[in-house]
Amino acid sequence: MKFVDEYRDQKLARTIAAAIAAEADPGRSYHFMEFCGGHTHAIFRYGVQDLMPENVHFVHGPGCPVCVLPVGRLDDAVELAERHGVILCTYGDMMRVPGTKQRSLIRAKADGADVRMVYSTLDALKIARENPDRQVVFFAIGFETTTPPTGVAIKVAAAEGLNNFSVFCNHVLTPAAIGHILDSPEVRGFGIVKIDGFLGPSHVSSVIGSQPYEFFAEEFQKPVVIAGFEPLDVMQSVLMLIRQVNEGRHEVENEYTRVVTQEGNLKAQALVNEVFELRKSFEWRGLGTVPYSALRIRDAYAGLDAEKRFELSVKVSKEVKSCECPSILRGVKKPTDCKLFGTVCTPQNPVGSCMVSSEGACAAYYSYSRFRDRKPADLEAVE
Amino acid sequence: MTAIDPKFTALRGAVDMTHGAGGRAMADLIRDVFFKHLANDYLAQGNDGALLGKVGGRLVMATDAHVISPLFFPGGDIGALAVHGTINDVAMMGARPLWLSASFVLEEGFSLAALEKIVASMALAAREAGVPVVTGDTKVVEKGKGDGVFISTTGIGVLADETDVSGSNARPGNAILVSGTMGDHGVAILSKRENLEFETEIVSDSQPLHDLVAAMLACAPGVRVLRDPTRGGLSATLNEIAHQSKAGMVIREAAVPVKPEVSAACELLGLDPLNIANEGKLIAICDAADAEALLAAMQAHPKGRDAAIIGEVVVDARALVRMHTRLGGMRVVDWIAGEQLPRIC
Repeated sequence: MKFVDEYRDQKLARTIAAAIAAEADPGRSYHFMEFCGGHTHAIFRYGVQDLMPENVHFVHGPGCPVCVLPVGRLDDAVELAERHGVILCTYGDMMRVPGTKQRSLIRAKADGADVRMVYSTLDALKIARENPDRQVVFFAIGFETTTPPTGVAIKVAAAEGLNNFSVFCNHVLTPAAIGHILDSPEVRGFGIVKIDGFLGPSHVSSVIGSQPYEFFAEEFQKPVVIAGFEPLDVMQSVLMLIRQVNEGRHEVENEYTRVVTQEGNLKAQALVNEVFELRKSFEWRGLGTVPYSALRIRDAYAGLDAEKRFELSVKVSKEVKSCECPSILRGVKKPTDCKLFGTVCTPQNPVGSCMVSSEGACAAYYSYSRFRDRKPADLEAVE
Repeated sequence: MTAIDPKFTALRGAVDMTHGAGGRAMADLIRDVFFKHLANDYLAQGNDGALLGKVGGRLVMATDAHVISPLFFPGGDIGALAVHGTINDVAMMGARPLWLSASFVLEEGFSLAALEKIVASMALAAREAGVPVVTGDTKVVEKGKGDGVFISTTGIGVLADETDVSGSNARPGNAILVSGTMGDHGVAILSKRENLEFETEIVSDSQPLHDLVAAMLACAPGVRVLRDPTRGGLSATLNEIAHQSKAGMVIREAAVPVKPEVSAACELLGLDPLNIANEGKLIAICDAADAEALLAAMQAHPKGRDAAIIGEVVVDARALVRMHTRLGGMRVVDWIAGEQLPRIC
């Protein structure tokens, strides 16, 4: 298929793999954090690790929108659907994330709540138009990529006077999260998590541009290579990172030039700026409270803000204690370090959010890569 | 819903509760719709059940409920699908399908013209396959308690003495084959879904496979496993067989036939063609020594033109299905988790 096969070509993959093997210094190891779940997914789905030398490691980052939403916000969404009786419109993956006491939107739906899976904010607007006597709330989650469509929905609803529509806004910001990780004691203080560089976000960067990462590269002296989501993009970016590390450089480089520019999508940025403003702080699953890391709806559109329209109770939200999602999201632990992984917690029966989304490290590892932790007795040599 | 062919518009109006009440209206419906199109000597017996002939050989029976939405889709409709689906379940036992039963659950308010179109399509499918619908039943439920029409079909077939086909028969070293491209049916259905409509040339592969199976068994009587990868696609079906046979599998991504249009739609929607349903394709597993001959026999049949050998069965106590990716890596091919795209068959 045009514009897809080219980025998954085996011959090219072998060429890049050979360059990586030749240039990676056998006397050291390389730890690169792929921030985005999209990269995590690509690495596992295409078996990219098999083409890397043993001293090149991927550290899976927190860039999976479903994974980082704290349980409290999910409990709020369940409350909107159950107690306030709204039609709650949500992206598919969010349906299965377990909240407090394993209560998920899909369970709420089974018990009679009106929860609907949508593919875009336009679907949610359509549902609102078709149900003028019902309150319709769009459960907005995601990084900078999904924020502009939410902004469009808010502007359209305001223009149409669609009074039964509102948005439960949970949009979060990538640069704040990267800064928080680099500043964490695990990375900066104790060096528990080794990070030699970042595979920078691809779709997020198409909106915000490459410029916002320049601060990290400089302040924390870590190279950043903005990488596309195709496997060859990931491999080429690893090669670029290795070169920076070997040469002692720490710059922002852009591998994904076919989409990302330095300044990003100015129109989308203006739209987001018009509709949203920074929250002083926001809680992330795994990262805790991160200052200026999320957006809320501006007062000009307050009428469309579900948090203002509906009274949400203060609740004690609880995660399952033995679930290692928080440490996995910070890169401190691997999925297989979790006691629940593959036993109590599977994609069919997820305990933590990282096992729900296909971009979550646990789900990607379980679905595509669990043959790697086999015992030799399980398998004769077949490859 | 698809426009109704004018030649079926003799029937006007909609299904109402009297059509299921056992009175005159029900008798008229049976005569004017079901008997008219499905007519055969068994139905003509006019009894509560059909008296079937004597059969020499072991019998196979399979049943399948069909609840697909939309009822009419590119390349088929619920009527033809209900015939193909059950014929294929019988055929995947290695059996020759002989008879079908059909029961209809109709929702009050459903268009009689649409019903007749569905029954006519079912009758055509049964005639083409040479497998008559010999007995049936109809019930009507109140409006809001169904979704237009649900159809359950049951099939009976006969098995040759030497045939031994089962999901538990795969052994390490065996070859894994597929009869054609993966994902056509699911993508065709998806393209007509509300909220998701997109333009595509893809049509469902809904078709009966018993003739292909007969050609395969004639060439390679030792075929060990036959299964049609319907819901959950190739991934789910290979995993089922792996678990039943307590063996692993290794397939090659580059060898699995997928139409470019299906690949493209899956890319856009974030789906994996290996997880998408098929209604006219099969997986076959046989001894490695028989593989080339079986492949040739499949490719010589019009329903197996795109057949391919996609991998092999291996020793693996955990019964994992793995795949050499196009890129050159290795990954697990897993059952999909969570919600399958609803109501595809």
